[in-house]
Amino acid sequence: MKTGALSEALKKGGIWGFIVLELIFFSVAGQFLSISDKAFMDGGNMLLLLKQSAPIGIIAMGMTIVMINGNIDLSVGATYAIAAIILLDSMTWPIFAGLGDWVIPVSCLLALSVGTALGALNGLIVWKTGVDAFIVTLGSMLGFRGLVFMVNGENPTSNLNWTLVDLAEAEVLGLATATWFLLGVTLVLWFVMTRTVHGRNAYAIGDNREAAVNAGIRVGPHMLINFAIIGFLAALSAVVFYSESGSVNPNDGQLFELWVITAVVLGGTKITGGAGSVIGTFGGVVAIQLLRKGLGHIGADTSTVNLVIGLILIAVLFIDRQLNVKGKQELRI
Amino acid sequence: MATLTKQEIGTVLAKQGILIAFAIFMIGFTLANAKFLSADNLFSVVRSSAILGVMALGVTFVVISGNLDLSVGSMMSFSTIVVLDLHDKIGPLLAIPAMFAMTMALGAMIGFLVGYLKLNSLIVTLGMLSAIHGLTLTYSGGKNMDIANKDGTWFGIFGQGSALGIPVPILIFIALAALLGLVLAKTPFGRKVYAVGGNGTAATFSGIHRARTVFACYVISATCVATAGLIQASRSMGSQNTVGQGMELEVLAAVILGGASLMGGAGTIFKTVIGVLILGFIQNGLLLMGLQFYVQFIVTWLIIILAVWLDIAAKRGRLWSPIA
Repeated sequence: MKTGALSEALKKGGIWGFIVLELIFFSVAGQFLSISDKAFMDGGNMLLLLKQSAPIGIIAMGMTIVMINGNIDLSVGATYAIAAIILLDSMTWPIFAGLGDWVIPVSCLLALSVGTALGALNGLIVWKTGVDAFIVTLGSMLGFRGLVFMVNGENPTSNLNWTLVDLAEAEVLGLATATWFLLGVTLVLWFVMTRTVHGRNAYAIGDNREAAVNAGIRVGPHMLINFAIIGFLAALSAVVFYSESGSVNPNDGQLFELWVITAVVLGGTKITGGAGSVIGTFGGVVAIQLLRKGLGHIGADTSTVNLVIGLILIAVLFIDRQLNVKGKQELRI
Repeated sequence: MATLTKQEIGTVLAKQGILIAFAIFMIGFTLANAKFLSADNLFSVVRSSAILGVMALGVTFVVISGNLDLSVGSMMSFSTIVVLDLHDKIGPLLAIPAMFAMTMALGAMIGFLVGYLKLNSLIVTLGMLSAIHGLTLTYSGGKNMDIANKDGTWFGIFGQGSALGIPVPILIFIALAALLGLVLAKTPFGRKVYAVGGNGTAATFSGIHRARTVFACYVISATCVATAGLIQASRSMGSQNTVGQGMELEVLAAVILGGASLMGGAGTIFKTVIGVLILGFIQNGLLLMGLQFYVQFIVTWLIIILAVWLDIAAKRGRLWSPIA
């Protein structure tokens, strides 16, 4: 019983323990190895870290609920790029010329609706054709990227709107706009997944689709909604990021899907569906960003970050399985 | 009676649909542009598909055994960089086997994790995608690799040479496809791969060593990746660290297009080759029709979903999914 509780606690809190370990390690190692004399645990540094994890983090929240639902979305990087291009390009469209700064909410809304529509399209195809989400979104990853080039051509689109940049760089209560969006999305989705019927049904469908169908849950609409949400969040992430940077390259967002899935899995969400949490994903996102920053802090280069994250991902999978095996053996006794 | 014929049509479509689609595309592109069917053009398409194709052959084994391999792209970058680096250090004769050994060791590691430790292959190979990319960057120090004396070596033969008028990459692709096709279709090992992917539990109870079979599939995949890396290195004689980036999903698209099921247990080498060729010819045909390069992305999207959809629709006997 006691070991069962321990493995349960390890499974639930593992990611937070890992974050604490990272903080301690990089603070101590930083004392000896860092080139800069600023402490790693500096408040400003931590706030910057939260801001920097926002683009991946916002999408990761959507990926969490799609994966809990038993699906996966590989097309988020392309959706992100499309939304970014719509956002920046639509601000210069002649029909919006008379709007002045009111073009900002219109463009944002346009970008968000395009993202939502593309996500919903994925969901609709998965629902109506019954083709595995992995294949559907693998296809749309290519297809959406094609749309990016169709809309944008091959050259980068740049359009700095200073009002928008000011909004993006504003700080409210000491937190950057991007951070607020990340926290807001986390909170809303936490509520949706733990306190609403949709959330509970999403878990049920991911855990055992047959059983969910037999229990009278309509599987299709729930999947559609979750795909629409991840499309919306991919677009939101683009809106948050590109309102500050103001320039988008048609290849932007490539490999995002892999980073996002890595963060979600680190946060304890099962790729097979039915288990996981939005809060855990938040931990996963922070852990990855800490690792990147921390390794940079002690003078390691990007290659080490890739190596370490890959190995940690496999280690997490292994530890998680060991804990689960242990749980089953206890049950038998 | 009418429904029976409909079902029969469905079965034929499901079994040979990809070949029919392939034929339609070839005819359509030929009508659109007479140059499409010229020997020069056909050779150039197959030659440029050969690298992707060789990787797809190995991934077919992995997919049929019921697993995924997302690491082939970064593994290909690794083998390309390693063989180029070793070429100048120890000469091509030693560099090639050394590179094969290193790449196969990576494959064996994945095979161990997925086969013997039974970890989820999607996550393991996702982790390895990142880890191997890091390994490549560490190995090369982030710099591009180039062969110093490009004219004084026979190393270019694998990518640039030709024999009997046929480019060597095509010959390698054909030979490897024939060999692996035979292994998969005619040997006990091939049967085991299908059995393990079709129903792992049943296979284990029939005395098939599941872990060993999966392990072997990943080593085969790594060997194919090493071959692809060799062709790539030999063709360009120099390379960036990201040469194979993103190829893992293209390779999977080709394998799926060929009709291999992600659930495992279904697929053939021949159909994978068709899948690879369809991707290559679509790309080429659309360009010859004067369309922009990105049109192929959108067409590929439609084809992948349609191919898999029709396949499962024929199996379940109805077009739309029964999901409520």
